[in-house]
Amino acid sequence: MTSYLPPAQRIWWNVPVGRQEIVWITIALIWCLILFFMMPYWHVYGKQNLSTEAYKTTPAQYGPKVQAMIDKYTVRTETEQQIPVVAPPAGSDIYMLARLWQWWPILELEKGKTYRLHLSSMDWQHGFSVQPVNINMQVVPGYEMVLNITPDVAGEYGVVCNEYCGIGHHTMLGRIYVKE
Amino acid sequence: MSNFRLCPDTGLFFDKNAESLMKVHAVAAVVSLLVAGLLALGVALTRWPAVHLLPADQFYMFLTAHGIDALLFWIIFFEIAILYFAGSTLLRVRLAAPKWAWLGFALMLIGAVTTNVAIFQGNSSVMMTSYVPMQAAPHFYLGLILFAVGALIGCFVFFGTLVIAKTENTYEGSVPLVTFGAITAAIIAVFTIASGAIILVPTFLWSIGYISHIDPEMYRIIWWAMGHSSQQINVAAHVSVWYLVAGLTLGARPMSEKVSRFAFLLYIFFLQLASAHHILVDPGVSAEWKIFNTSYAMYLAVLASMIHGLTVPGAMEVAQREKGYTHGLFEWLRKAPWGNPAFSSTFISLVIFGFIGGITGVVMGTEQINLIIHNTIYVPAHFHATVAVGTTLTFMGLAFFLIPVLFRRQMILPTLAKWQPFLFGGSMTVLILFMMGAGTLGVSRRHWDMDFAGAALSFEYSGMAYTLMGIAGIGAVVAVISGGAFLLITVGSLLFGKKLEPSAGILQSFLGVPLSADTYNAKPEILPMAAPVEEHGSAGFEAPGTFVLAMVLLVSFIVYYFINWKYLASVWPLS
Amino acid sequence: MADPSNTPDDEKERIPAMQSLLDNHFLLLFIGVAMPAVFYIIWGIMEVVTVPIAQ
Repeated sequence: MTSYLPPAQRIWWNVPVGRQEIVWITIALIWCLILFFMMPYWHVYGKQNLSTEAYKTTPAQYGPKVQAMIDKYTVRTETEQQIPVVAPPAGSDIYMLARLWQWWPILELEKGKTYRLHLSSMDWQHGFSVQPVNINMQVVPGYEMVLNITPDVAGEYGVVCNEYCGIGHHTMLGRIYVKE
Repeated sequence: MSNFRLCPDTGLFFDKNAESLMKVHAVAAVVSLLVAGLLALGVALTRWPAVHLLPADQFYMFLTAHGIDALLFWIIFFEIAILYFAGSTLLRVRLAAPKWAWLGFALMLIGAVTTNVAIFQGNSSVMMTSYVPMQAAPHFYLGLILFAVGALIGCFVFFGTLVIAKTENTYEGSVPLVTFGAITAAIIAVFTIASGAIILVPTFLWSIGYISHIDPEMYRIIWWAMGHSSQQINVAAHVSVWYLVAGLTLGARPMSEKVSRFAFLLYIFFLQLASAHHILVDPGVSAEWKIFNTSYAMYLAVLASMIHGLTVPGAMEVAQREKGYTHGLFEWLRKAPWGNPAFSSTFISLVIFGFIGGITGVVMGTEQINLIIHNTIYVPAHFHATVAVGTTLTFMGLAFFLIPVLFRRQMILPTLAKWQPFLFGGSMTVLILFMMGAGTLGVSRRHWDMDFAGAALSFEYSGMAYTLMGIAGIGAVVAVISGGAFLLITVGSLLFGKKLEPSAGILQSFLGVPLSADTYNAKPEILPMAAPVEEHGSAGFEAPGTFVLAMVLLVSFIVYYFINWKYLASVWPLS
Repeated sequence: MADPSNTPDDEKERIPAMQSLLDNHFLLLFIGVAMPAVFYIIWGIMEVVTVPIAQ
């Protein structure tokens, strides 16, 4: 009469199930279907969905595209490392490059405008984590991910690396400015 | 066939080979847990911002070893012991191919030692995930491969044991529910280990220079077929142990064989698809793939867990009500054997796994919501609820049970043992809740310094994030101490506990087997089927208290789920 | 759970298909490996290998 002995009936499949279980299974199944349909629903009606636009790339291919944007739109540099601050026009393709242990360059965006943000890594895997708004993406070498982002709150944002990338991982910190 | 020992206290028959193998696996598991726990202390005291104990290189080394020792070695060693128990002991059959089983154990042991050596030599601090192209020393991967091969042999010894039981007719009808749950775990283990081999063998060849390139995204997808599924083995295994402990401590029987087994079947079909939880913010995979896999095909494995969430405590409630604890909704629970650590650890594990582990898992595994959680410290909060409280605490409870039954020793420090599950469960819950909070504030996992010392730029987390991490640190330290109490009791009992006489009467004989037997010449009779019982109240609600608890779970689930959608709606629009 | 129909007569009764499936552990092993291998691994790898090359 316990859980570790063979069932009492040879044909236990036909033993009727109690009402309590039936009620609970029905409720749970309905909830599971709601859980499922929330995802396609959000694709249609929600504003936070990930694009699945991605390309295979190489550091040799991706690096020059980032440099071209920096050459064209740099407005100033920051820190003694001369990190360029780049202010590309609204609606354009903007690039963020991850490498040991830097997010390159600093981006300066306009509030409420949409940009095509490209992300890729030159070496190992990194984690693109915009704080404090808490948006997190995986950055994988050899892949260029393209996201349409619309920063809608002005401010100064940190870009933390949240995928472990070696001993200098904690120094890998970038910045995004969102201007009014 | 006269290779069996009858346990006079439980009526269980132990095959000599199976018994020795269970013992060595259990000991290897406990040693792994000891190492993992010591490392946890270093990790926790470094992430506690006010303490920040270790330098960065040691922190990452400790964290790599903590993950592998706790998530792979402790748990899988113990699970192989459970498979041999559920196969050989519960079916009263000799273990198949004991020499192969010993070979499997030897490979697992060599593998576990090799990988630990590689990590502590210092050139393999690559985290448990070892994402390419970051490279570890070749013997880091080699050790994992040997461990996996050994575990696979263990799974097939278990399947072979089922075949022997069937051909030798040691039981009638179907296998016991607990054994069926163990079969579910073994099936998931076969997929897990095969995926591990598919990805770790090429990675090993790459580390010694035979292969020039491994695609990092392909690595992530296949690695997680191992990394996540290995935790699904745990779910199936610890749910089976819940049923087992409910039977052993309360004499509970399944409310319905059909319902419980069907829930395990849903695990077999769908549980492993959830490896996609880790790929939700990755480049290059479609939304259709993400939605289908992350939801276990329409959340059918979540349905299975919700079913077990009703039927395990429901079975306990029915058994208690039969004993006369029928007053009100919850007398059965108040009068439960809370002083028995096997019971209390099971019940605490059930509650925390369901309320925290289960709900957070579904929330963070939702395709869009994942982007506000991925790689934050919310993730380890979730899996400490599922693995450290769900699996580890359950296995601790079973280990307390095995000391008298398997090792024939009286438990030392019984009062400490009584309190240990509460202490461990409670402190882990503090750790989990406060790490969840810090993760919501964006604190990242696997990160040495939330002050970013030495970075060219600066960013400051809110003061609240620091407070939450500090309280989580306190929870972690208490959890390590209570894990130490577990090790003290189990290892101390093995070394210094009083040897038990053939019948010490610690546990009631529950199968009506006569209590006279000499060691290893007992001849097991055919395993009896469970006695049929009178139907009572199947038209009404047999376990009303459990139903109320289940509804509380559902309401918490709904509220927390939609709070997270609300939070998601507040971040920058993305498309 | 005493099923009134659970008499020696039903020893001859056919075992329901679902119960036979649940008792066929090697068929379950095959399904349990095939499902995630097809839907998670093979489908996932196909997605990754069909990612276009950047311009």
